[in-house]
Amino acid sequence: MARFLLRRIALGLLTLFLVSVVVFAATQALPGNAATAILGRNATPARVAALTRQLHLNESAFAQYTHWLGDVLKGNLGTSAATQEAVTKYISGRLLNSAFLVLVSGIVAIPLSIGLGVLMAVRRDKPTDHVLSVGSLGVAALPEFVIAILLVLLLATNVSHVFPPVSLIPPGEHAWNVPKVVVLPALTLILAVTPYISRIMRASMVEVLESDYVTMARLKGLPNRTVIWRHAVPNAIVPAIQVSALQLAYMAGGVVVVEYVFSYPGIGAALVDAVGNRDVPVVQALSLIIAAVYVVVNVGADIFTILATPRLRTAER
Amino acid sequence: MSTSVITAESLAEAPPAVGQRRWAALLRATMRQWRSRIGLALFLFMTVVALAGPLIAPHAPTQFVTAPNSPPSSQALFGGDVLGRDVWSRFLYGGRSVLGMAVAATIIGVGLGLVVGLTAAYLKGAVDEILMRIADVFMAFPQIVLALLLVAAFGPSVPLIILIVGISHAPRVARVMRGAGLQVVERDFIKSAEAVGEPRRRIIFGELLPNVTSPLLVEVGLRLTYSIGLIAALNFIGDGIQPPTADWGVMINENRLAVAFQPWGVVLPVAAIALLTIGTNLLTDGFARAMLGVERGE
Repeated sequence: MARFLLRRIALGLLTLFLVSVVVFAATQALPGNAATAILGRNATPARVAALTRQLHLNESAFAQYTHWLGDVLKGNLGTSAATQEAVTKYISGRLLNSAFLVLVSGIVAIPLSIGLGVLMAVRRDKPTDHVLSVGSLGVAALPEFVIAILLVLLLATNVSHVFPPVSLIPPGEHAWNVPKVVVLPALTLILAVTPYISRIMRASMVEVLESDYVTMARLKGLPNRTVIWRHAVPNAIVPAIQVSALQLAYMAGGVVVVEYVFSYPGIGAALVDAVGNRDVPVVQALSLIIAAVYVVVNVGADIFTILATPRLRTAER
Repeated sequence: MSTSVITAESLAEAPPAVGQRRWAALLRATMRQWRSRIGLALFLFMTVVALAGPLIAPHAPTQFVTAPNSPPSSQALFGGDVLGRDVWSRFLYGGRSVLGMAVAATIIGVGLGLVVGLTAAYLKGAVDEILMRIADVFMAFPQIVLALLLVAAFGPSVPLIILIVGISHAPRVARVMRGAGLQVVERDFIKSAEAVGEPRRRIIFGELLPNVTSPLLVEVGLRLTYSIGLIAALNFIGDGIQPPTADWGVMINENRLAVAFQPWGVVLPVAAIALLTIGTNLLTDGFARAMLGVERGE
């Protein structure tokens, strides 16, 4: 098992390294000199030359990459071309806001979808199951921004005014101090991920409910609730937890459009802004962070699955 | 995102079979379900709206007809948009771009994924390992983030968006097709094709491909659903097709600030995208269920 874990972690690190190469290479395609892009058209040639040296733009692509990666590993993500601010400073507050949004969505979505999955499995092929399964299929089909706009129509403008349509947060304030503005973006993400987790939970639960030991537990005369929650759920939950982890990682990308719709001050809205401004250092930093989150959560989910599955845990690999 | 009722594993378990009788059975089993019928109806209806809409639009999509954000009137059935153009006409013109771009991206993504997946499944070993590692790297980027990274480098353009969305589907499709292909590769008719010295390309596309058509069709449905969503989203955030072109995603963004007093400019395109994606997803799910049922011998 240890070998398998090490291999998984090593592969994760390799993927992270290649991700950094992709991020760097993609932005190398940018026409024109990055120094001019940062300083603007009116910069003096001397300043452009100085910045070119400072950014190592006069060196080979390989040397530029190693400088860039070295800086990133030291926590220096460069300077924003749009605001002249250090990228780290520009994104740190936003990173916390996005993390809070994903955390809130996950805390609600994961238990909710596991509960729904259990309900569908217990009421298998009955009207509850059919309604929930077709309903979740419909919701799963919707792009996040369509869910977000529908929520704005229903809860923030035309039908009712329960929540603000725009997530305004005073500068310097954190999202968790203005909980009202988190509701609609979080609800969007919850609706986006719940169908996937609940479906896996349903499938896994259906299988467990058909197994001999569940029949045995029923024959022993245990109350239905005990059979389901004490005997069946713990055995059915591993695939659902793994999918939940993947959905958390997926949310790191899902926040992009959702934050844009609500002008929520997180990394997603920042990424859209940075792309609009062609602010390459910020785009590089944010895509690197989002991809890194995805890789790390993925490796974590695999390790969890190995540790939580006795068959894999004891395997000689 | 590639989670669905159909996983590489579940597809791989089902022994593939070819032949017209099997296709007829598959089609019947698909259409016996209400979800497939509703899905097909929604998909066909929205496709007709998107393709034939421009023919029945009363105004040109960029023609100024009313005052900005004016309510429905005899001149404009669903009112005027943020600049005073006819919402109804812009809606009727706005489906072709989303649908066309999504279909093109799906063809690129599924085509590329199919070639990579089957090649990896057939050649195995180092080639398989390398192809799957490359797939891992691209799958580490959420599709929208990969798209934005490249738009930041090259600027927004329609061909670029189609290409990026297609390429970002490819590793996800490749995973599934590799899984489906691995089950077929071990079977005797592949061995016999090898024994008579058929070239690799013929074995992959002549022997392997006809035996993975069902999972391939499921992938087409799934990727089309996701393509519509992704491309509409990119057009919506302003990194795809550019105004003043009439496009459902573009329309939603243009009119959303006035949604409280002129909702139609948002409601019509949102409903259109929603019905289209729900349609493709229901139909795909119906087909996937039928496929698993038929292969279980039901």
